[in-house]
Amino acid sequence: MTMSVKDEDLLTGEERAQEKQLVRKQTAVYVYEAPVRLWHWVTVFSVLILCVTGYLIGAPLPTMPGEAIDNYLMGYIRFAHFTAGYIVAIAFVGRIYWAIVGNSHARELFFPKLLSSAWWKEVWHEARWYLFMEKTPKKYIGHNPLGQLAMFFFFVLGMIFMIVTGFALYGEGLGQGSWADEMFGWVIPLMGQSQDVHTWHRLGMWYLIVFIMTHVYVAVREDIMSRQSLISTMVGGWRMFKDDRPD
Amino acid sequence: MSQIETFYEVMRRQGITRRSFLKYCSLTAAALGLGPTFAPKIAHAMETKERTPVLWLHGLECTCCSESFIRSAHPLVKDVVLSMISLDYDDTLMASAGHQAEEVLHETIKKYKGKYILAVEGNPPLNEDGMFCISGGKPFVEKLKYAAKDAAAIIAWGSCASWGCVQAARPNPTQAVPIHKVITDKPIIKVPGCPPIAEVMTGVITYMLTFGKMPELDRQGRPKMFYSQRIHDKCYRRPHFDAGQFVEEWDDEGARKGYCLYKVGCKGPTTYNACSTVRWNEGISFPIQAGHGCIGCSEDGFWDKGSFYDRLTNIPQFGIEKNADEIGTAVAGGVGAAIAAHAAVSAIKRAQHKGDQE
Repeated sequence: MTMSVKDEDLLTGEERAQEKQLVRKQTAVYVYEAPVRLWHWVTVFSVLILCVTGYLIGAPLPTMPGEAIDNYLMGYIRFAHFTAGYIVAIAFVGRIYWAIVGNSHARELFFPKLLSSAWWKEVWHEARWYLFMEKTPKKYIGHNPLGQLAMFFFFVLGMIFMIVTGFALYGEGLGQGSWADEMFGWVIPLMGQSQDVHTWHRLGMWYLIVFIMTHVYVAVREDIMSRQSLISTMVGGWRMFKDDRPD
Repeated sequence: MSQIETFYEVMRRQGITRRSFLKYCSLTAAALGLGPTFAPKIAHAMETKERTPVLWLHGLECTCCSESFIRSAHPLVKDVVLSMISLDYDDTLMASAGHQAEEVLHETIKKYKGKYILAVEGNPPLNEDGMFCISGGKPFVEKLKYAAKDAAAIIAWGSCASWGCVQAARPNPTQAVPIHKVITDKPIIKVPGCPPIAEVMTGVITYMLTFGKMPELDRQGRPKMFYSQRIHDKCYRRPHFDAGQFVEEWDDEGARKGYCLYKVGCKGPTTYNACSTVRWNEGISFPIQAGHGCIGCSEDGFWDKGSFYDRLTNIPQFGIEKNADEIGTAVAGGVGAAIAAHAAVSAIKRAQHKGDQE
């Protein structure tokens, strides 16, 4: 499909489809292996459920009419929250496993090269690109360094924090001596008391919401404006480049 | 001091029949969650064991723990309870006063070195060398350290001794600290609550006398038998929580129907205590049953967690007190606006340079 590009079409799906046509002329690299892609979308789905149900656990819906025995709304919401929590946590553990056995791109999330000055230079270049101070971004097969930095501090640390505090709270319901209490119960006195863990867990939710907003925006923007594919890469696994110029 | 009587002798002397005594033993076994086979064991222990000397110190406090304690119904009545242990020193309850009372303290510590139980109500303020709480002419913190040195075990009565409570609430001008900050080399049993439930207090003592050891404690040093579950876990209004039926505001239809008080700030889901099972005043009622949410008085720092009537805790570090949702929506809103602005600039820039790239 070819069509003329008008300025107002710049952020539409059609434009992206057209760009993909261009990209296919260029080299493509297989970046995200199937388990990574599967993990990504399982996490997307679970985290959405976790945010919605988590919000409603802290600030419940209006009171249900009728007898208590005819209703189980909070029960279902909490069930969905706990189930999605289990899924996201197990998927995260699986993702860590894949970081060990998968290709080098599977490790990027967990190891930002914080001690490399060359890496920080690239972070700075990428930041300038976002501040409209660079005309062209660099090409990256995996994450760009700024993206890697954000993924590590917002997502990886955020998720670990939410899994740990989440299971600490879940252990309160399972009871003392339960696996969740044994593994994560120490978090509660560390933070003060149960109420404090609840508050931090909720702040963590907002932290992840801010991450999701930024992540989605940047992915869409980069997909349009950078020199490589973004969104389709997380679907098909292949990174495609829009030009032949080196770097 | 004469030879200390056994518990049984004390009870008989006070006119308790053997039949009442055995009933009491069964009740105590039940109150502690033990099987009926434990009743004779308790009876045997009380017939043979000497009363354990207890020193009860009072620091910075309101004495609500003592007020609660003297209202204990099971195990039995207060006078028997006070005779079960050999309450050798308690400046609030004892007949003697002044130098006479202090003499008893020294004498008991000397005589029962390493054998007595130290019960501490209230806590020591540390600021100005402890001058904010003077007991017997000395800073309380000194008296506490002195009495703790030779104690077999230490009981921290109430939220003051366990966590700090109101006098340690921000900004804590007297630097009041829970006793475990001062006594670091002795096992401490925390019995938090403001006040703790009377039967929980006597239950802990009875357990220690019966078995000659400390009750099993949780991670934070509270007896598991009373503090292992949240109010919420055993609340009789729990079905309304699971159903999603809440009191939305005071005096609404939900309040009249006894719906869950979660939305009006009940701290039951985050509070470890036995109120919803043991209840208060001989099991008559407890706050939630009376229609008011739990304020979480047995939890660490409950005075500093914002309003008693809000579900989400205020976070005072943010200057103007805000809860997690207010902060979250503000930040997310700001980031959303930033994204929109950035997207707009990006679109303009791209339009400007469109020709360059082709």
